[in-house]
Amino acid sequence: MAEIFELGIAGIRTGVASGDFTAKEVAETFIDRVSAAKSLNAVLVETPDHALAAAEATDKAKAAGETLGKMAGVPIGMKDLFCTEGVATTAGSVILDGFTPQYESTVSANLFKAGAGMLGKLNMDQFAMGSSNETSAFGNVISPWRRNDGGNTDLAPGGSSGGSAAVVSGRICPAATGTDTGGSIRQPAAFVGITGFKPTYGRCSRWGTIAFASSLDQAGPMAHDVRDCAIMLEAMTGFDPKDSTSLDLPVPEWEAGLKSDLTGKRIGIPKEYRVDNMPPEIDALWQQGIEWLKDAGAKIVDVSLPHTKYALPAYYIIAPAEASSNLARYDGVRYGMRDLPDGAGLQDMYAATRESGFGPEVKRRIMIGTYVLSAGYYDAYYTQAQKVRTLISQDFDKAWESCDLLLTPTAPSAAFGLGEKADDPLAMYLNDVFTVPSSLAGLPAMSVPAGLDGQGLPLGLQIIGKALDEQGVFNAGLALEERAGFVAKPEQWW
Amino acid sequence: MSVDKETVKKIASLSRIAVTEAEADALVPELNNILGWVEQLGEVDCSKVEPMTAVIPNKLRLRDDVVSDGNVRDKVLANAPVAEHGFFGVPKVIE
Repeated sequence: MAEIFELGIAGIRTGVASGDFTAKEVAETFIDRVSAAKSLNAVLVETPDHALAAAEATDKAKAAGETLGKMAGVPIGMKDLFCTEGVATTAGSVILDGFTPQYESTVSANLFKAGAGMLGKLNMDQFAMGSSNETSAFGNVISPWRRNDGGNTDLAPGGSSGGSAAVVSGRICPAATGTDTGGSIRQPAAFVGITGFKPTYGRCSRWGTIAFASSLDQAGPMAHDVRDCAIMLEAMTGFDPKDSTSLDLPVPEWEAGLKSDLTGKRIGIPKEYRVDNMPPEIDALWQQGIEWLKDAGAKIVDVSLPHTKYALPAYYIIAPAEASSNLARYDGVRYGMRDLPDGAGLQDMYAATRESGFGPEVKRRIMIGTYVLSAGYYDAYYTQAQKVRTLISQDFDKAWESCDLLLTPTAPSAAFGLGEKADDPLAMYLNDVFTVPSSLAGLPAMSVPAGLDGQGLPLGLQIIGKALDEQGVFNAGLALEERAGFVAKPEQWW
Repeated sequence: MSVDKETVKKIASLSRIAVTEAEADALVPELNNILGWVEQLGEVDCSKVEPMTAVIPNKLRLRDDVVSDGNVRDKVLANAPVAEHGFFGVPKVIE
């Protein structure tokens, strides 16, 4: 039998239910894994007591013959963007130094209600702004993966959910929460060879999730495989009156609906995703993915999403604009740190607090956002970007006339070394070229690990679906997963 | 459109972020790089397009106009850098 630490959500659920091991043994196993992985810098706060308490509750419920929750006995990692009652929450920024939420985010509360425990709060790009986890105020997360060249270059786990990616791929937590604004679940999942799912905008409540760009932010699961993502997403989602954009719909039973036979499904291949300078290995993997989906019974059709090239620039107006507004709340008055120079008045205190509290990328985006929303520039930048966003969304609507799902690569490269792209914000932004369009349109999308490149690093394929068709995305993801047979794992060096 | 140092200082001030002269100098090319790149959106003919307001059609709900929360003053103040007598504390704003 596999060691407990190698198991994902479904494996733990089965083992606990059948009595092969107790939830307490599971919690203890992963608590040890977390405390032995400090060199990866993936966990900001360890919460062993939380994991143990949830495990004890599960063991007790099982002994009493009660029905167990969907996540019973599964200890997870929590991205530090989710407010957790009584546990320090920073969003990777010192401006929230000392902040201890007095309430629980809806997503984390839903997971705990389903029986999950929490192993710790996970490092991330500051305010989820980044694609490599290098903007965290608490240091880089180091990917468990290494190139096969015998060197020991530290690699980026992707971002912004970099801590989540690192702990799941290193089998340090069996699953973790992520959030995705422009690709922050899918790109890191691809970089570390795990599965990551962004649901339709509005499926997961944003209440208690620290806001970056409210019209784009969505939480989702990062886990070993498609089934684990389906189980965890069921536990995370659901209508929440506290979020005005929460969808008032029942939660589908995605796990029960999993089916990898794609007979009758039409998969679109968008020609605009064939970008310049894409490594041939990624192009080849995409081609392989097409063959796998054909083998699963799907019909392949060529489609066009003509405004794809404008998605990134539109995103880098819309997201900073929303961020500049959302991050106005960090003022040194209500929570977090305060910097009060000698003799400073209120306005100087705001400026000093925000100067010392925010990192350079956050400041850059707040300033870009402030500029594009300022009088005289609003229409030229912000309104134009929102119009282009309409066109991008219409491109997808048009594609759905001839196909049911889209297949694309997840990212234009495998993981890069820490520091290799940190000096050039634009080069970093391009990492999200394949994930941003579906974010702008609010569509469900997932990354499935599909192969290794010549350096021995994971590559992912992305499935994008129609709004609310999470099931279609899961099923096509499962068809890829079964055929890719991806079992590679990083060697434990930490 | 491109920004100069004065504009950068104005944006920083609107953003309530203190910048030094050297930081303002460094931000000019950084912001211009990004703004120059997003400017390509101007190529797109949007004369007949409405700006997006919601990605997923979703009617904003109304709830009954009754108190649904509150009486949590101490929790609200629990994370304040300075809280006194049940209020947030800030430096003097009126001379």
